[in-house]
Amino acid sequence: MEATKKENNLIVSVSPHVKSDETTSRIMWTVSLALLPAMASGLYFFGPKAFFITALCIVSSLVFEQAYMKIVGKKSVTGDGSALLTGLLLGMNMPASLWSFSPFTVHVPIVASFVAIVITKQLFGGLGFNVFNPALIGRAFALISWPKAMTIWNEPTAAFLAMDAKTTATPLGVLKEEGIAKLIEIFGDKMSLYQHLLTGNRAGSIGETSAIALLIGGIFLLAKRYITWHIPVSFLGSAALMAWVFGGKGALFTGDPIVHLISGGMMLGAWFMATDYVTSPSMKNGQIIFGVGCGLLTMLIRLKGGYPEGVMFAILIMNCFAPLIDRGVRSKVFGAVKQDKSKEIKK
Amino acid sequence: MSSSNINLKELFLNGIVKENTIFKLALSLCPSIAVTNNLKNGVFMGAAVLFVQLMVNITISLIRNIIQPKVRLPIFMLVISGWVTVTQLLMAAFVPDVYSKVGLYIALIVAFASILARAEMFASKNSIVPSMVDGLGMGIGFLFALTVISFFRELVGKGSLWGYAIINTKPLLILILPAGGFFAVGILMALFNWINARYAAKAAAGSH
Repeated sequence: MEATKKENNLIVSVSPHVKSDETTSRIMWTVSLALLPAMASGLYFFGPKAFFITALCIVSSLVFEQAYMKIVGKKSVTGDGSALLTGLLLGMNMPASLWSFSPFTVHVPIVASFVAIVITKQLFGGLGFNVFNPALIGRAFALISWPKAMTIWNEPTAAFLAMDAKTTATPLGVLKEEGIAKLIEIFGDKMSLYQHLLTGNRAGSIGETSAIALLIGGIFLLAKRYITWHIPVSFLGSAALMAWVFGGKGALFTGDPIVHLISGGMMLGAWFMATDYVTSPSMKNGQIIFGVGCGLLTMLIRLKGGYPEGVMFAILIMNCFAPLIDRGVRSKVFGAVKQDKSKEIKK
Repeated sequence: MSSSNINLKELFLNGIVKENTIFKLALSLCPSIAVTNNLKNGVFMGAAVLFVQLMVNITISLIRNIIQPKVRLPIFMLVISGWVTVTQLLMAAFVPDVYSKVGLYIALIVAFASILARAEMFASKNSIVPSMVDGLGMGIGFLFALTVISFFRELVGKGSLWGYAIINTKPLLILILPAGGFFAVGILMALFNWINARYAAKAAAGSH
């Protein structure tokens, strides 16, 4: 009798028994924090328009998330910050020139937020079930629907209150249309080109321009162990290799990998988009395959495709393969023996 | 089965609502995405299917008693391809501009599961009047679906209808691209089923 009494006092719970204090919302807020330097640089170079566009994306993402939860009667998880992060990433992937009333293009960020939150994330089952990166689908939808509005690039003004800006081509646009020589000519010399690309003083989407700020955010995430090196390094490495081998005109091995690495959305994509937990493989060796695939596809689109930039489509295409990669690299169960089929037949 | 105990109205509506080829059975989705980026193509495609479905049902129903059951499927296929050829020739003669765009998909009507299924399941077992009504219902259901999809896609994607500009704002270009076809069919399918469910719920509440 005594024994059963003791048994009743035991607390029975399922594993895991050791838990860390990491939560979804904490991760989301930390990643948002890591994006702050790049965001600040975007605001510095593109002025109040950049702020309005990003704010519009964040607010409409939050509103759509909350409204969807309300309509379908699910418990609201808007506070976990995932919609906020999606909105922030979406805003950072849009050109600041969208804040324009004639022609009217302010609806573009709102529709893109709807596609990102409702269609890409919620209709597939909410956070954790989405096949594709929501922010990237939102941007892809906008780019395909409004190709003109999404590719008007403002020249960086570096003035906080400037509402007017000249439009210009992005470095990758110039690289695609006129080649590296013209690009160097625009910025003076090669060092000046690198400097402009690193600091973010160039045309582009709001949050993608400053390679240094993005790198700071990425290294912060690495240091906090929120991401591992596998995806960014394999992504950037394979892209650099491709750029070096095939990027030159005429001869092989004459390309400039550095220009490709620090222009376009490469840094933002490699550190913040491709590393999304939900849409990338969870095994380390799978992540390397994923990263290499992203890098190769990006460079294939940049060098041979119709668009000057390929990071977005490359990551989206690899997103489809993430579950397949995870299946392919599944490690052997410890202690399991490979079945010998010839023996079975003998029996 | 005599024709008297078949409710013709219900039979007619069955093809449009309960067993709508595209929205309910999710069959023939290839043409419903490929040719529906403008209203004109969508309507002619739908009309072609309506014509083939109707004529096949009538023909099969007429010859149902002289078909050897063992070879009925090849005979159905022959009848279907015969009527598809008639449709092709008619369209090539009277609407050559549409035919040049949707011609390939007209030929594909031969392989439509819905047409063979109606021939096998309905027309070969019923007399001519119910078969005709059934063919009309299924065909009109298809025409309806294609019209709605292409109406939606052309209006929102291009801001025009039947080739004429309607609204003068920037269109949602993605809807006339193939990717947008999937979006449009998915959204309209959801809408169709949602309205149906609501209607059914109301009817159930009303009968109590």
